[in-house]
Amino acid sequence: MGESKLDLLQGTLDLMVLQTLAAMGVQHGYGIARRIEQASGDEVLLNQGTIYASLVRLQQRGWIAAEWGTSDNNRKAKFYSITRSGRKQLEKDAAYWQRLSDVMGRVLSMSPEGKL
Amino acid sequence: MSAPRRGFARIFSFFRKPQLDADLEAEIASHIEFAIAENIQRGLTPLEARRQALIRFGAVDTAKFKQREARGLMRLDILLQDLKYTFRTLSRDRAFTIVAVLILALGIGANIAVFSVVNTILLRPLPFPDAHQLVWIAPPPQKCGLSCATYSTDAYDEFRMYTRSFQDVTGYFAFSSPGNLKLDRGGAPIPATSIDVIANFFQVLGVQPAMGRAFTADDGRNGAPPVILLSDPWWRRQFNADPDIIGKTFDINGQQTTVIGVLPASFDFGAVFSPGAKVDAITPLNLYGPPRDWGNIITFIGRLKPGVTLAQARDDARLAAPHMCWNNKYPQSCGDYAKDGVVPVALKDYVSGKLRRSLVVLWSAVAGILLIACVNLSNLLLARSASRSKEFAMRSALGASRFRVVRQLLTESLILSAMGAILGLGLADVLISWLAHQGAIALPLLSTLHIDGSALGWTVLIAVFAAIFFGMVPGLRMATGNLLESLKDSAGGIAGQGRKHEPLRAFLVVTEVALACVLLVGAGLLLRSFVKVLDIDLGFQPEHAAAVKVEYDDSAPTNLASIQKRTAIFQQVLARIGSIPGIEAVGISDYLPLGQNRAWGTPFPKGVERPKKLDTGPLVYVITPRFLHAMGTRLSGRDFDWNDGPKNESVVIISKAYAHYIAGYAKWPDGNAIGQLLTNGNGGDLRVIGIADDVHEETTEGEAGWQIYYPATQAGPSGAQLVIRTSLPPAAMATSVLTALRELNPKQPAAEFRPIQTLVEHANSPRRFFMMLVGSFATLGLLLAALGIYGVISYSVTQRTQEIGIRMALGATMAQVQSSVIVQTMRLAVIGIVVGAVASLLVSSAIAALLFDTAPNDPLTFAAMAVLLGIVALLAGYIPARRASRINPMVALRNN
Repeated sequence: MGESKLDLLQGTLDLMVLQTLAAMGVQHGYGIARRIEQASGDEVLLNQGTIYASLVRLQQRGWIAAEWGTSDNNRKAKFYSITRSGRKQLEKDAAYWQRLSDVMGRVLSMSPEGKL
Repeated sequence: MSAPRRGFARIFSFFRKPQLDADLEAEIASHIEFAIAENIQRGLTPLEARRQALIRFGAVDTAKFKQREARGLMRLDILLQDLKYTFRTLSRDRAFTIVAVLILALGIGANIAVFSVVNTILLRPLPFPDAHQLVWIAPPPQKCGLSCATYSTDAYDEFRMYTRSFQDVTGYFAFSSPGNLKLDRGGAPIPATSIDVIANFFQVLGVQPAMGRAFTADDGRNGAPPVILLSDPWWRRQFNADPDIIGKTFDINGQQTTVIGVLPASFDFGAVFSPGAKVDAITPLNLYGPPRDWGNIITFIGRLKPGVTLAQARDDARLAAPHMCWNNKYPQSCGDYAKDGVVPVALKDYVSGKLRRSLVVLWSAVAGILLIACVNLSNLLLARSASRSKEFAMRSALGASRFRVVRQLLTESLILSAMGAILGLGLADVLISWLAHQGAIALPLLSTLHIDGSALGWTVLIAVFAAIFFGMVPGLRMATGNLLESLKDSAGGIAGQGRKHEPLRAFLVVTEVALACVLLVGAGLLLRSFVKVLDIDLGFQPEHAAAVKVEYDDSAPTNLASIQKRTAIFQQVLARIGSIPGIEAVGISDYLPLGQNRAWGTPFPKGVERPKKLDTGPLVYVITPRFLHAMGTRLSGRDFDWNDGPKNESVVIISKAYAHYIAGYAKWPDGNAIGQLLTNGNGGDLRVIGIADDVHEETTEGEAGWQIYYPATQAGPSGAQLVIRTSLPPAAMATSVLTALRELNPKQPAAEFRPIQTLVEHANSPRRFFMMLVGSFATLGLLLAALGIYGVISYSVTQRTQEIGIRMALGATMAQVQSSVIVQTMRLAVIGIVVGAVASLLVSSAIAALLFDTAPNDPLTFAAMAVLLGIVALLAGYIPARRASRINPMVALRNN
């Protein structure tokens, strides 16, 4: 299995998780997974379980914090929130992605006439 | 930054695995519950809600695995798994584990021990600071030993003056005899041994006393108050480690001597300069007192200036040599040293250079042992892997990669090897501490032997090497096996796999036998050399003789009076001791063979012109009548008698080889030296009255040198060694002789009663040491090879039980079955022996220099070793053969 492909996916998922937490505030794992699915218009078919590797990775880097708590309907769950350094990282990564997708967009939108 | 933070977190997580796993479990459970609740809200049935939730979550185990992988240290997890599994399988297979660990422990232990010896003697620098700067300065080695390696005090001064490469030069008095100190603390004087050194000795070596001070130049001046430095062991033994000993005075040799220091425990004079000798104390040498006229007495040790190379120092010394005088009073003696050369060599080379070859051989021998042990283990593992092939096939089928399986096998090898190494380290430690206390072995630095950091490093290295070496073959075999075949093969599985391995196993056994053969031949050649050395005619008969140092006081105002006094004392002692029952002959000499020696010029036939370049003269022994008889040295002509007094003609006895040498120059009728006159340049004439057999005075196995004997009634002896010859075991005479000596002279110290045989044994001890070690390694190799043969044959018999059963049912007799197994064994053994013999031929020429009077291709040794190996192989094969012939066909056939 190709390492680079996995890395890209991992990186993407990590960024999505960070953005979700920044936008929605404190969330549990299931909530994050659902938000991502909804935000992507269910275009990403996410294996929800893979989110936990991403969460532990972000947590170990100190970008998100986790705490056990109780949900609205009285269920025990682990709640995640973005930290200050997480926000900084999000800014950086988001800018990077923005640039990358702009470039990709321009490159992919080259028309045959543009060729001189 | 976040990366190191994450690294710590991962390590941390590794140790909190159970808790984090539980945490994850709970989180996933709550995740699924949330999903189910939401799905129910959307109107699904609870069952369908759950199904959908699980589908969206994906594979739970994969999620867990991925999270764990992200969280902790996966590699370490796998390693721990492998370790756990290994320990489980090994403890299940206890007999195998014990045998394997024992084999490895023997192989690795022998290697550690020998490495420590090699490291101590050969690799590690001498135990002095900047030891590479230290040089030994002497002419190239000759047959006259230390006598030719020493210089006069005048030469010492001149050498220092005319050389510039040295920070300083020092030396010690080379001819101190054991027991030269008498410590009188009331009661019988206590004998001890000291060495006289030039006052700057410790500065040059860079040794600081543990307590007190080293010598200063003043301690070696005329009239300086006597001082002494104690060795650490003597200080502990004799003075109970008295912490306030500095400044105390003791009666030593009748003089009040002040203790000025105690040497550090790390300094052992004997270990470096005089292997196998015990030196209790160091005393200063007075360069400008009487030693001035004693001739060549000092060895030179120099310390090079930083940056000066050995070659530069050699040039420097060569230019200084013509300025060096034997004695400034005789200008014609100036420049004498230049003819033999004054050559600095690294002190380390002087101390251990001679041993290099022996040690390399020893090292190769243990490497051979390790190889045999590894091959043996490969074989054992191969047998085991045959029976485990199904297990591995199953694991492969369940998805384990080949790499993972090989990794598992290597982990097992490493564990075995590590256990072997730990046990081996224990064995080596026992062997090494035993060796370190063998004071009687004349090997340098042996007393400083211990397991140090580099030995531990070596242990790790060879343990890993061994693990890879013996684990690789079965590992690769296993990894390339056909999975399907192994799984299909049910009952015949073991046999099938085993058969496939048989050529490989046979090859391994042949290798083992060949290696053992090389070791055995090497050991056999060394053994034969040793026997030859024991057989040498030494020129004296060490059996039934013993020596004891006798104290006497012949001080008198004139030389004549001194000789008379001494003669009277010696006559009395010899008469008294000679009357003890059991004593056959008794005599006195100042020196004994294989001990110290000296030369007094080269007495030459009178009236014959001396050639320009004369060989260094014969070694001198000052003896009483009957001494030669007591030593068992044959004599033609007459012995000295008590009438050869100071007023009579000066007489000498010379050795055969020396008589032959000078007869070459003199034109004596019939070439017989007896009755002829010799002259020593400046002294008077010497009449040769007898010719004695050549004595090996320097080494047992070297060439016998030249000797000259002077009567103690005419020349001045330096001490007295009483030699007795008895019909009883010499040790039985000790008490009566010492008691008699004490009666005659209450000051006689409780000297050591040394059977002459021990002198010979001491001289032979390095050869004995190497022979014993190589011999025991060869024996070990033989045992391992036998084990290997036994293992393979016995295994093949087990596999062929059914086949043998059928053959017996079809009418094969017990004898036929037995002989077929034995033929199988002997085929392997003979191939191994032939290969080994060819390899031995190559190897033995490399050890030719270590052999004595034994050809490296000595047919007797080769034949004997081949037969020995053959017999051992036969025995190893006989046991399984016997078992095969006892197979009950009915049982064998039914048993499937």
